[in-house]
Amino acid sequence: MSDIRARAREAADRIETDGRRLNAVLAFDRDGLLRQADAAAGRRQAPLAGVVIGVKDNIATLEYPTTCASRILEGYRSPYEATAVRRLKEAGALIACKTNLDEFAMGSSTEHSAYGRTLHPERPELVCGGSSGGSAALVAAGAVDAALGSETGGSVRQPAAFCGVVGVKPTYGRVSRYGLVAFGSSLDQIGVVARSVVMAANVLSVISGRDPNDATCADREPFRPPEFPRDLAGFTVGVPAEYFPRDLDPGIRAGCEQAKRALREAGASVREISLPNTRLAIPTYYIIAPAEASSNLARYDGARYGLRVAPPDGDVHAMFRATRGAGFGPEVRRRILVGTYVLSAGYYDAYYRKACAARALIAQDFTRAFQSGVDLILTPTTPTTAFRAGEKMDDPVAMYLADVFVCPANLAWLCAISVPAGRSNGLPVGVQLIGPQFGEARLFQAAAVLERALDAQAEVR
Amino acid sequence: MSWETVIGLEVHVQLKTRTKMFCACSTAFGDPPNTHVCPVCLGLPGALPRPNQGAVRLAVRAALALGCTVHRTSVFARKNYFYPDLPKGYQISQFERPLATNGQLSIGDKSIGITRLHLEEDAGKSLHDRFPQATAVDFNRCGVPLIEIVTEPDLRSPEEARRYLVALKQVLEYLEVSDCNMEEGSLRVDANLSVRRPGDPLGTKQEVKNMNSFAAVERALGKLRDQQIAALEAWQRDPQWKGGDSPISLTTFTARTGDLTPMRVKEESHDYRYFPEPDLPPLDLTWYDIDPEIERATLPELPAAKAARFATDYGLPAYDAGVLSATRSIADYFEAVVKAGVDGKEAANWVMGPVLQDANENAGVFRVPPQRLAALVQLVRQAAVSLQAAKQVFSVIASSNEDPQAAVERLGLLQVGDQDQLRTWIDSVLQAHPEERRRYQAGETKLLAFFMGQVMRASRGKADPKAAQELLRLTLDQK
Repeated sequence: MSDIRARAREAADRIETDGRRLNAVLAFDRDGLLRQADAAAGRRQAPLAGVVIGVKDNIATLEYPTTCASRILEGYRSPYEATAVRRLKEAGALIACKTNLDEFAMGSSTEHSAYGRTLHPERPELVCGGSSGGSAALVAAGAVDAALGSETGGSVRQPAAFCGVVGVKPTYGRVSRYGLVAFGSSLDQIGVVARSVVMAANVLSVISGRDPNDATCADREPFRPPEFPRDLAGFTVGVPAEYFPRDLDPGIRAGCEQAKRALREAGASVREISLPNTRLAIPTYYIIAPAEASSNLARYDGARYGLRVAPPDGDVHAMFRATRGAGFGPEVRRRILVGTYVLSAGYYDAYYRKACAARALIAQDFTRAFQSGVDLILTPTTPTTAFRAGEKMDDPVAMYLADVFVCPANLAWLCAISVPAGRSNGLPVGVQLIGPQFGEARLFQAAAVLERALDAQAEVR
Repeated sequence: MSWETVIGLEVHVQLKTRTKMFCACSTAFGDPPNTHVCPVCLGLPGALPRPNQGAVRLAVRAALALGCTVHRTSVFARKNYFYPDLPKGYQISQFERPLATNGQLSIGDKSIGITRLHLEEDAGKSLHDRFPQATAVDFNRCGVPLIEIVTEPDLRSPEEARRYLVALKQVLEYLEVSDCNMEEGSLRVDANLSVRRPGDPLGTKQEVKNMNSFAAVERALGKLRDQQIAALEAWQRDPQWKGGDSPISLTTFTARTGDLTPMRVKEESHDYRYFPEPDLPPLDLTWYDIDPEIERATLPELPAAKAARFATDYGLPAYDAGVLSATRSIADYFEAVVKAGVDGKEAANWVMGPVLQDANENAGVFRVPPQRLAALVQLVRQAAVSLQAAKQVFSVIASSNEDPQAAVERLGLLQVGDQDQLRTWIDSVLQAHPEERRRYQAGETKLLAFFMGQVMRASRGKADPKAAQELLRLTLDQK
């Protein structure tokens, strides 16, 4: 039996055991996976031949339903597949399963999934992070080799950090969004979760590149994984003071210090920088993302597909109200309400327009930093390690703050990666590198050096 | 004291593209429901729009022809509202930064300001009468490219509104940017109207939509104006009247054939929550390889310019020049006839007479090619056929597709000017009418007309009237 078939069987077993136990999987077809493995065994030269991939369930696939972990799309099957998924298949990868997420990718813990939360792979009482929590947990459990996630405000990097794996958010426009169910279109980007930097780079290289089906996708060749040098001579890494508040979790701080040392030891120069508008990121994000979401989610009205709830004797608007009331969970409803409000006549200028101006300031901070000679920026990925399930469910703002370090890169259309940096009290700590637009090559090079230098299993010191 | 009517128009025009605004589906009209749909125009989860360059180009050309400032960068925006035939829950349109602004269109001696011209996509069509107790939706039309053309409140009467629409349609047809077919919905008019005392600020406006013809627009606006004036006058006649809020309500009427029906009050007052479409980068004409200056240089001659040229070049009255430039195909036909050697006025008479009559009866097709019409006119000029007979020949060759000369001969309509033949006819007529001949020679010369009639009859219309009359007079005067 070929290694590809053997790996597919092992993955299938793990998806059925660990995947189910963690509630990380929303759809799986064992026979389908093994059939794909048979086909891939015949074309070993393909760039990702036999690589087992999980796909976040807000990315359109032909083989499985695409539910976005929402009741409103329960059982919905897309008649077409996402460009990223098609490219993975063409590259010989095996599309193994659909992974759990917060409903429509709105959340930081998968607790907002209509199908229940995904457990942290090591400590079931903790959250796995989100919204791409199912993808991160499955990769961490070794059930898949890599997984597609999606980011609107850190939804790949944050769960990757919680689960101790690599998570990359490419530059906006690097990967086609065609087939990624829209949440905040100007922020959304498909990302990759993997156990190694090289695997993440390889998967990204396959899914990236121009796509006529996405007008916001950059007119560029696919990303080509760089050489991975042993050292980082000539690299300058900026460390923004604003990302290290006084009350930052000591374990997280220690992880970052360790990463700084590793970068210096590799020959990079590390210096402090300032990104003064960082404090605007969360309020800005929570205007722009919900505004776009309120419009993007308007199509789920029961008229054409998905859930329909039609009250007797009601008109079509009554059907819309009943369908959306029953089909969307509380967090999605909250964001639709916020988004509708900030776009309303009389409030648009005070909220949406102002948020767009703030977004430009945030982006300008980064541009200035990169223009001042900084190649990459090092920050913590998250303010804390994985938190307890339920802990933030009654406090949306506390939940939103879990993304405080990750969402600026989305607002500024940048690329960023989270790399395991060790453990604090036994839980994974992630550090983040942020690069300029289309600066993925250096991002991966520095991430690979950190990956090699830092012991992901050891306590940070 | 008199009332002043103030009208503004919003016209939606379907662009003549093969495919939709944001996907590759066909724009064909009249096919079975939901046969031209795809994930993009159905707004399926994850699908994204990709703009149609051809539609952008047509919109730019329309804007230039209407004298607008075309903006090299404009922005698509989402117009959000819930309706079953709007599959995304928003329409992709333009709002704060439209494609073009600040144009004008002349109607006779008056110029009507055009506020803006922007690109957008059409919605689907709700069919309320297809199934009992249910509404069906046809998405074939969904995503078809439109331009919306908005006027300033410059129109002062329903009649002016109709003239503006006629002129607009003419320009758009000249440009070949649209079929402008109101029945098929490729041109739709929303009108708003208010009345005021001259010099007063604008009154409360009411909207009227869904008219199926320009005549219906004019009729509906006339009724709306009369209704508003009557309401205001009744209100002001009230002895208790002290001014205050207008009694005119913000009603929208539907008026298919011109009769006003108030539309059902909308459930929610509409706040469309416009914001820039994040799925599309700003519409940068350079990126679409469209240079407004190049487009301007390749615009066809527009109706007003053409009419003016016809009047000058061919010495035609303004009315004739207007008729001959009413559509590009009429104008092209007319000029082809002139080019084939026919005098301008003569060509105008032929085109405005038999040619247009025949075209109107045959779906607008010019069945006699210009060269052939010119050959026919030439036969008249050579006196080979009478004008009367030539018109008959025209309708014959329109269907038979014959050469005029051959048709004239086949129909035996060739005019005879041969002296011997004419003499034979004249002699037979004079012999048959000795009494009238005597009276003529006694001085009753008006009998010449009688003899001419008899000669034409004897020749069965073939005698060349000019030559025959000359010879007849000569013969009568001889003795």
